[in-house]
Amino acid sequence: MAGQATAQRGKHGFAMPRVPKILIYIVGFVPAVVLFYLGVNDQLGADPMRYLEQSLGLWALRFLIATLAITPLRQILNINLLRYRRAIGLLCFYYAALHLLTYVVLDQGFDFEAIWTDIVKRPYITIGMATFIVLTPLAVTSNNAAIRRLGGQVWARIHRLVYIAAIGAALHFLLVVKSWPPEPMVYAAIVASLLGYRFVRSLVKRSMPKRRAA
Amino acid sequence: MLIRRPIDIPASEITPREVYLNRRQLMAGAAGFALAASGLPGKALAAPLTFEKSPLSATDEKLTSLEDVTHYNNYYEFGVDKTAPAAHAHTLKTSPWTVKVDGLVAKPGEFAIDDLVKTSTLEERIYRMRCVEGWSMVIPWIGFPLADLIKRVEPQGSAKYVAFETVYRPPEMVGQQSAFPVLDWPYVEGLRLDEAMHPLAILAVGLYGEALPNQNGAPIRLVVPWKYGFKGIKSITRISFVEKQPETSWSRQAPDEYGFYANVNPNVDHPRWSQKTERRIGEGGLFVKRRPTLPFNGYADQVAQLYSGMDLRKFY
Repeated sequence: MAGQATAQRGKHGFAMPRVPKILIYIVGFVPAVVLFYLGVNDQLGADPMRYLEQSLGLWALRFLIATLAITPLRQILNINLLRYRRAIGLLCFYYAALHLLTYVVLDQGFDFEAIWTDIVKRPYITIGMATFIVLTPLAVTSNNAAIRRLGGQVWARIHRLVYIAAIGAALHFLLVVKSWPPEPMVYAAIVASLLGYRFVRSLVKRSMPKRRAA
Repeated sequence: MLIRRPIDIPASEITPREVYLNRRQLMAGAAGFALAASGLPGKALAAPLTFEKSPLSATDEKLTSLEDVTHYNNYYEFGVDKTAPAAHAHTLKTSPWTVKVDGLVAKPGEFAIDDLVKTSTLEERIYRMRCVEGWSMVIPWIGFPLADLIKRVEPQGSAKYVAFETVYRPPEMVGQQSAFPVLDWPYVEGLRLDEAMHPLAILAVGLYGEALPNQNGAPIRLVVPWKYGFKGIKSITRISFVEKQPETSWSRQAPDEYGFYANVNPNVDHPRWSQKTERRIGEGGLFVKRRPTLPFNGYADQVAQLYSGMDLRKFY
């Protein structure tokens, strides 16, 4: 309940107002609801299907970036949003699924022959589809039962697939546009820096094996 | 704001229904046209142009609404979003304007746009426009055959190609200011001389009965309806007659994706997407149905002979 939100100081610093996770889902679905509402009412511009399709994909990428930002935020700025990561990750998956559904139903009109040709022949669609497939096991195992069943280490290893998904999503966006416009490059740069941060940190950690646990 | 809202008014409500539903009535005469035009959204357009209807408007298809024609544009000099040209193109000064014609011609010169319009017989040409991205429109252009201008300047025998150039004015064109340009400015295009002489190829100075809005390439642009839209170079400042095939902006940017010819061809895919089908803008809203793309955008009967014996997979 929003009314019960309290400020908490966790093990990792900073007082963050604690909001119920359901609120993350409610706020997270606002863009989808607004887009569908505007779309049905013919207010998405001249090419509403394309606008809806692209916006849903972009939101999936934004939520993906948000999940990747949680660890650096904690490590660098001492802001702990870990308890919302699952909700944000699942929102990424839901938006990716809506994006794919829009492509299959509204864009291609269930023309599975055309869709198959796209998957086989068009690298950006091959990559997009692969990215969705990579995201699926992450979504399926995003619950406490799965963590218990798989054990924390196996679960964590599976969830490292998110790095592959992030690269796939950024590439998918870069490849769909003509020339090199700024927007997909900015998203690719954000993904690259979030992954690069982890890479550099792992190198540093490896070179200092005796580093005291925080 | 979480979502960028492209426009507030449903696209379908802006052009009066009867205007785009009943083309016959629209075609009934200039009076009807003026009446229709007066109901269109207020814009700083010039007075209505005087023009004749052309028998080469070989389509009975529903016109794309003026709102969509003027608010869904690719004109990268004003930004890469489809809505950017309508938002930013007002900064371009289109008057005075001259078109320099030079190269292998007997009578080179600088043509003021007003003189060009005054000395040409303007026609309305309703053409399909197929974008290389897989969408299409039906647009009532106002213009004159490119061949009329070519005949006036008398090309020499050695002239084999016509090269076109868009204006380069970074202060007035926000997309030309970027440190990381999307394309090498100025935008350049070209046609083979026989393509340029074809009666379907026009220089457009207006649409929907009035002067071209800036975002559509004011004051003068090329329209070649059997080719992908990017061949239709906008805001032309220079036309040169040359011996060798000129460079064109998109094929310079990605030669394996965009060729010199760029004829609409459902059988030759763009390397990254299919060209078999297209979405007609303004048709069906969210539930738009794809329609098959036609060879040469449906103008094969008129233009296919220009390419007889050519391998269209090689010369894409």
